Amino acid sequence: MNTDTLVSIRDLHKHFDISGGWLDQLRFSGGRFARRKTLVQAVNGVSFDILEGETVSVVGESGCGKSTLARTVMRLYPPQAGEVHYRGRRIDHLSREQFKPYRTRMQMIFQDPYASLNPRMRVRQILEEPIRFHRPKTSGSEVLDQVAEIMQQVGVDPEWRERYPHEFSGGQRQRISIARALAVDPEFIVADEPIAALDVSIQAQILNLMMELQEKRRLTYLFISHDLSVVAHISSRVAVMYLGTLCELAAIDALFDRPRHPYTQALLSAIPRLGAKGFQHQRLTGDVPTPIDLPSGCVFHGRCPHANDRCAREVPKLRPHGDQTQVACHGVEEGRLPV
Amino acid sequence: MDRQPLLSVRDLEIRFRMRHGDLTAVNRVSFDLARGDRLGIVGESGAGKSVTGFGILNLVSKPGYIAGGHLLFEGRELTALPEEELRQIRGNRISMIFQDPMMTLNPVLTVGTQMVETILAHRAVSRAEATAIALDRIRKVAIPSPQKRLQQYPHEFSGGMRQRIVIAIALLNSPALIIADEPTSALDVTIQADILALLLGLCQSEKMGLILITHDLAVVSQVAERIAVMYAGTIVEIGPTAQVAGNPQHPYTRGLLGALPQRVPRGGRLNQIPGLMPTLTRVPEGCPFSNRCTLCEEVCRRRVPPLAPKAAGCLAACHLLD
Repeated sequence: MNTDTLVSIRDLHKHFDISGGWLDQLRFSGGRFARRKTLVQAVNGVSFDILEGETVSVVGESGCGKSTLARTVMRLYPPQAGEVHYRGRRIDHLSREQFKPYRTRMQMIFQDPYASLNPRMRVRQILEEPIRFHRPKTSGSEVLDQVAEIMQQVGVDPEWRERYPHEFSGGQRQRISIARALAVDPEFIVADEPIAALDVSIQAQILNLMMELQEKRRLTYLFISHDLSVVAHISSRVAVMYLGTLCELAAIDALFDRPRHPYTQALLSAIPRLGAKGFQHQRLTGDVPTPIDLPSGCVFHGRCPHANDRCAREVPKLRPHGDQTQVACHGVEEGRLPV
Repeated sequence: MDRQPLLSVRDLEIRFRMRHGDLTAVNRVSFDLARGDRLGIVGESGAGKSVTGFGILNLVSKPGYIAGGHLLFEGRELTALPEEELRQIRGNRISMIFQDPMMTLNPVLTVGTQMVETILAHRAVSRAEATAIALDRIRKVAIPSPQKRLQQYPHEFSGGMRQRIVIAIALLNSPALIIADEPTSALDVTIQADILALLLGLCQSEKMGLILITHDLAVVSQVAERIAVMYAGTIVEIGPTAQVAGNPQHPYTRGLLGALPQRVPRGGRLNQIPGLMPTLTRVPEGCPFSNRCTLCEEVCRRRVPPLAPKAAGCLAACHLLD
């Protein structure tokens, strides 16, 4: 095992039961009643490592399971199967109490800064809470100093600590959520679409802040986003997800210069480009299937222009192709895809 | 007659009546749109781009009102038309497409019913003829098995398909102008590209004018022939797409482009425009961008800069470019 692996995700599965009460589950078939569960198979066997100090981005379209993956890694959801390791120690099966020390090491930033800050708490209270909870021995004046320092670091004037979240703009609020995540001095931050709700000029401010903080504090990011041009800018490696599975994992330059998986190719070709005239993107046929009723074999085979019988039967495994790149595609493996 | 633009907006001013006096959401906006021309309006939230779109249809709802200016469409002054005649233009000569197709489509009527009703409301045709028109439009937006789809309800369509239906409805009466307000912001990138390509193709084949309102400069640059950049209710720059996207004049446009990750080497710092767009109650005197502009001089705080010709067919509102 690589010594600087910080987080290791191994064959992670997360399903949601949406079948409701037992009456909702009753189905009449073949002359008798049977109870059937309806499962949303949000994440199905995702594995990858996150190295210390890097930014791994997970990209994919809505419903591909990227946020579920982030929350499962953070233990906000318990996984159905699979393991999460942190610095070589398995953490997904720990009890609440045993897991507590890890909470100070891994923190999360959410998408909507309007929903993720308690509207009835002052900024000071929001930022004090994690410190007081995780380091109860800290004295009152020390907590105040730490709050002021962290506010300074994220670019919010410490004079405003007695204000409420509604008195701040969206960008300022996202700075406060970043401050809250940093208050306990974590090493690993999971950011779930942290800039999706913000305007372009404010997005740039928050991205710059995140890159700056990463340099200063040697943070490791797991960055969830649907915006490929943002991902291209800040990540060291990218994991592309489709319908709960990983299609491709590659270093940033390799992915954007030479995407291997047919889905990655289609996704990249669809990024709006400044100064491009018209559209030359690769069109996909059909719609994304539902995660309740997953297709057999490769989850992408129904929309893939290169799919054959094997793709419909057999689930492709994530296999290394060249330096650092891993692709889950029979076509790439067999070398029958145009490169 | 053909020399005359399809739509001519002159000094459009839209205000909202508030308890503490009026707010100016759109401040003396002027532009022309030729027949079959495609204009993109970009800006951040609160810049007044959507209100401008609604204003063209005279659809600004209370407490908003058109406080001044002229809207000349196919030679008719829209601000002076009675409601009855306006309704003949809306959905007929000018159609509008909104961001969220689930909000625009009626969930309890089949798509076919909604389409046929729209035609019958505007034209004297029989129900059978209306159905034939609806089928034709559904084919135009490339929806598979149109016959079957007409009998389905909006919830049976995916997000991208629903937006295609909305476009098909907008096309029903062969309008001369389509106003699309963030038509793809709720969609995934692959579907966004499909929908925009469709819209672009239809505008070209049907010779329709398009006003595309969006926050995404890259999207606009792929579709529009000209771009207008709005800031705090005013147009700060307008010109040919290649010019505005490639060689912007106004400091705000430059800042906005510099903030796009695509324009900066990977991992490098993005350009930050300091501060925030002012709320409409606190637009600075003089140039609205003066309090965030790094080049700001004394004159900028005193006088409002007029939108004047600058480099290569571009108009920009900045004192310092003269």
